[in-house]
Amino acid sequence: MDIIIPVTIVSGLGLFFGIGLAFASRVFAVKTDERIEKVKTLLPGANCGACGYSGCDGLAEAILKEGVSPSKCTVNTKEGTNAIAEYLGVDEGEVSQMVARVICEGTWRNAGKKYDYQGVQDCHAANMLSGGLSQCFYGCIGLGSCQHVCPFGAIEAINGLARVNPDKCTGCGICAAQCPKGIIKLVPVLTGYTVLCANHEKGGIAKKNCKVCCIGCMKCQKVCPNDAITVREYLAEIDYTKCVNCGKCAEVCPQSCIHDAMHERLPYEPDDEPQAADAG
Amino acid sequence: MKELFSILILAVLIENFVLSKFLGICPFLGVSQKTSTALGMSGAVIFVNTLASLVTYLVNDLLLKPNNLEYLQTIAFILVIAALVQFVEIVLKKLVPPLYKALGIYLPLITTNCAVLGSALINVDPSRNYSLLQAVFFGFSAALGFSLALILFSGIRERLETSDIPEFFKGMPIALIAASLVSVAFVGFAGLVI
Repeated sequence: MDIIIPVTIVSGLGLFFGIGLAFASRVFAVKTDERIEKVKTLLPGANCGACGYSGCDGLAEAILKEGVSPSKCTVNTKEGTNAIAEYLGVDEGEVSQMVARVICEGTWRNAGKKYDYQGVQDCHAANMLSGGLSQCFYGCIGLGSCQHVCPFGAIEAINGLARVNPDKCTGCGICAAQCPKGIIKLVPVLTGYTVLCANHEKGGIAKKNCKVCCIGCMKCQKVCPNDAITVREYLAEIDYTKCVNCGKCAEVCPQSCIHDAMHERLPYEPDDEPQAADAG
Repeated sequence: MKELFSILILAVLIENFVLSKFLGICPFLGVSQKTSTALGMSGAVIFVNTLASLVTYLVNDLLLKPNNLEYLQTIAFILVIAALVQFVEIVLKKLVPPLYKALGIYLPLITTNCAVLGSALINVDPSRNYSLLQAVFFGFSAALGFSLALILFSGIRERLETSDIPEFFKGMPIALIAASLVSVAFVGFAGLVI
């Protein structure tokens, strides 16, 4: 009978700590990118560190955030590495690719023209006249300087906005260097949600210039579970080390300027015409 | 005050956990290759050991002693330490992410570290008769002693990296020999009366 007390005490302690820990893991839960978890299960799980990162967790994060190739895991089988690429929705060789993204959605329909431009059909030339023919000073001029220099024909200026064809883009960065507004950014292919606007003007003014601009309303900042998105000078910026790709910011944005750039393409409008062009 | 000071000297120098009692050798040899990792590990051990000393002393005082269950100390303390370390990891991950990134991998390493259990058991040793404050301070000082040994040794190991060592001694053999020499050096404190 005397055994009852010690058994109760030890089991009681165990139960107390077990429940306490379960409770704590709920309360202090940190939202992580679910893709990282899935990639981690697709890796061998030996935590050997041969890849140079801190365990399989570290490599999974590097694959998604820094564009490291899953073939860095020398322990994994070929099927395993392919399975990772398949899960992420890209070809095996493309996981570690960089891709160009135009941080703007200012077609002529969304952002109007400042003036009727009759000059040299080049963004650098137009940029010299009050910052280009788009009403938004920061946005895409749309005359196709990037298209002209792309060696792969992967970027086209259509209806006032440069659009990247991700199947052709090799991430060389030549377009990004050309753009006079500097709104073409080179990012790892797996980067999902992006704020597709570069406008730093106050919300009221920005809205007059473009329909889909970021107005700095901070709705995204309030809803982000990880504080990954912050509004600086009336423009939202995503910190990709904290972003878990949940898409909550995109849901609440009143201007619909945040999109999953990996899977969503700006739809073509009925009157879209390609710029008079030299396909590079 | 004087007792606390003597506890400090006792735990750090005279009865250094790693070099005199030979507890916690695993992380001592495993984590001491670089001084930066040694510092991280030391921080984690100090944090965990102090907290564990507090909670285990209370568990012993309030649950085990009134029911004459001192023989359950080992089991109960391991339970407490494991749960505590898990809890600390969860809280750190949420509240102080940079610290979690720095210490994170080391925290599970400390869970079953015999140095932490050792200091918890010494605290409740009836012949020592520590009060709560003395027990917590002993836990803190023991961890401090562990850190001293770890950081000292990491410096030595970094130096060994660039020394001319015979091929068959390179790596673990020379580390073990160096560790034993450091331990012999600490015997010099054995006669300290405080």
